[in-house]
Amino acid sequence: MKKDSRISQLFLNNKGFIGYLTAGDGGRQRTLEAALALIKGGINMLEIGMPFSDPVADGPVIQRAAMRSLASGTTLQDILWLTEEIRKQSDIPLILFTYLNPLLSGIPFDFLSDAKKAGIDGLLLVDCPLEESHLIREQCIRNEIALIYILTPSTSLERVRKINQYAEGFLYYACRSGTTGVRNALPEDFPHKMESIKAIIDLPVVVGFGISNQEMAKNVLIHADGVVVGSLFVKALEEDRSPEALSILAREICPPILLVK
Amino acid sequence: MLYKELISHIQGRYGEFGGMYVPEILMAPILELIKVWNNAKVDNIFNQTLNLILKNYAGRPTVLTEVPTFAAMINGPRVFLKREDLLHTGAHKLNNALGQCLLAKKMGKTRVIAETGAGQHGVAVAAAAAHLGLTCVVYMGSKDMQRQAPNVSRMKLMGASVISVEQGSATLKDAVNQALRDWSESFVDTHYCLGSALGPHPFPEIVAEFQSVIGRECHKQSQDLIGSDPDLVIACIGGGSNAIGIFSGFLNNKKVRMIGVEAGGHGRLLGEHAARFATATCGVLHGCYTYVLQDQYGQIASTASISAGLDYPAIGPQHAHLYKSKRVEYVSASDQEALSALKLLAKSEGIICALESAHALAHLIKIAPDLSKDHSVVVSLSGRGDKDLPQLMNSGVI
Repeated sequence: MKKDSRISQLFLNNKGFIGYLTAGDGGRQRTLEAALALIKGGINMLEIGMPFSDPVADGPVIQRAAMRSLASGTTLQDILWLTEEIRKQSDIPLILFTYLNPLLSGIPFDFLSDAKKAGIDGLLLVDCPLEESHLIREQCIRNEIALIYILTPSTSLERVRKINQYAEGFLYYACRSGTTGVRNALPEDFPHKMESIKAIIDLPVVVGFGISNQEMAKNVLIHADGVVVGSLFVKALEEDRSPEALSILAREICPPILLVK
Repeated sequence: MLYKELISHIQGRYGEFGGMYVPEILMAPILELIKVWNNAKVDNIFNQTLNLILKNYAGRPTVLTEVPTFAAMINGPRVFLKREDLLHTGAHKLNNALGQCLLAKKMGKTRVIAETGAGQHGVAVAAAAAHLGLTCVVYMGSKDMQRQAPNVSRMKLMGASVISVEQGSATLKDAVNQALRDWSESFVDTHYCLGSALGPHPFPEIVAEFQSVIGRECHKQSQDLIGSDPDLVIACIGGGSNAIGIFSGFLNNKKVRMIGVEAGGHGRLLGEHAARFATATCGVLHGCYTYVLQDQYGQIASTASISAGLDYPAIGPQHAHLYKSKRVEYVSASDQEALSALKLLAKSEGIICALESAHALAHLIKIAPDLSKDHSVVVSLSGRGDKDLPQLMNSGVI
């Protein structure tokens, strides 16, 4: 990954406050408005989620968003459109968050090259562990897209070391077992786990899975380089909150350390 | 592909198919399972224990029955049925359920979870768990719970919890999704007892190995009854576990022709059937790169079949490889053809087979007149049809 990439630049002198949205939930225009609202509310990186019919790593909130999005016909083309539109107004890193199968449908049609041109900086594959990632990794390197790997509490340190060798951009630590969804507190083992991961990983480590309030976000950033909020924003959209309300919600969670920048 | 290639491969790849495409959180239990399985499969005590349970609890070996009246009525060759319907709990599923529950105990797990379509795998795991002292939770699509109601009651009677899955199409694929979600949270004390020869490595290998007992027995019984291997072996294919089980006994003999029969459902359009080889597009579903029914955007298609056990959008990776290497032929039979076959076998021989197995018979009926009369055909009768009575009444068959 180049030193001047948007991802490297962000972590150079800042912590990451990362939002996730399921693309096309309520139509792509609505996702665009929500993305811009979150950026206004303080997020400095966005994960754009491609919906998939069988989201095995997701809890009910993101499952429902994916179903709504697919019912309205969302495809990879909408990801490109969204990326281009967000890029017109913002320079924050944009990460495509997807299951492998929808992406595979686009690979023969140079989707990754188009995604890079549109402004995608990183790719996070939910169901593609290190062992299966080599072919996609080559494609990502060719297109200068950072392939982001996931770590979990059950990833052995030996495995963390192996993943570290291939990692680009940053690492995503999903801080609990199970699926995505809003939770009220961090797991007890969190500081300890983060300490051992940070001792191995050279790149920034961001933390997600269940982060739903400022207290949690603050505690995450004591140990990590960034914090991801997903289900909470997706739920707000499900509840039909306005873009203004989304900005306020983001600002309420945004850790103080980022507000004083 | 020879039989040994089913169990010795590189990182779960059968040709280009297979692999372990799972979220990182599931890599820990997958790696644990690979390790324990690699020990268990060469462990004499483990294998002896399993064989004793298969004999004294499950009722193996199952017989190979010649059905001359049925054969005459379809103007066909000699027809033999491998009677997995006679296995305890009524289908071949128990071979794998007992094997995996024993494996779960070896790993120190106290709870097993399973997905089920027709309910046969669920019933088998419920029985195996009860027999071996494990807690059992079964995920089942709400649509399948309705159409296979007798099996839901059987699972509950044996102490299993049955959780209704409402998501998606509320069938087998959605039950797998829910089971995977459960496992990603529970793997410390829970084994996911996957029911077919699919999913991430090492499941296809494990399930194929536990089901290979069908093929081994059938191979031996063929020598006794026919005097040689059969000329043709036919099996129905959902995920493909009964088929890979019986095929494995004959893969080494290239003279044996083999046919797998998928669910043709009620139409040829996407969503009206579960015939993966009708479109033959590759993709990744439930941890495995294989042939998957999907739209042009990589979204998994809904499937349809009168038989809940075949109603699944992906096929096991070993079958994908057997298809691509042209070792096995894959065809489909429609809902109506399966119903007619079920009726014909019941009337002519007094055997009520499962709607799944009826697909294999349906294809035999289609090709029987063209087969040489001195040939012998073995059909895998993977299960019995008691569970299908509500469905048969709805279809006006009875």
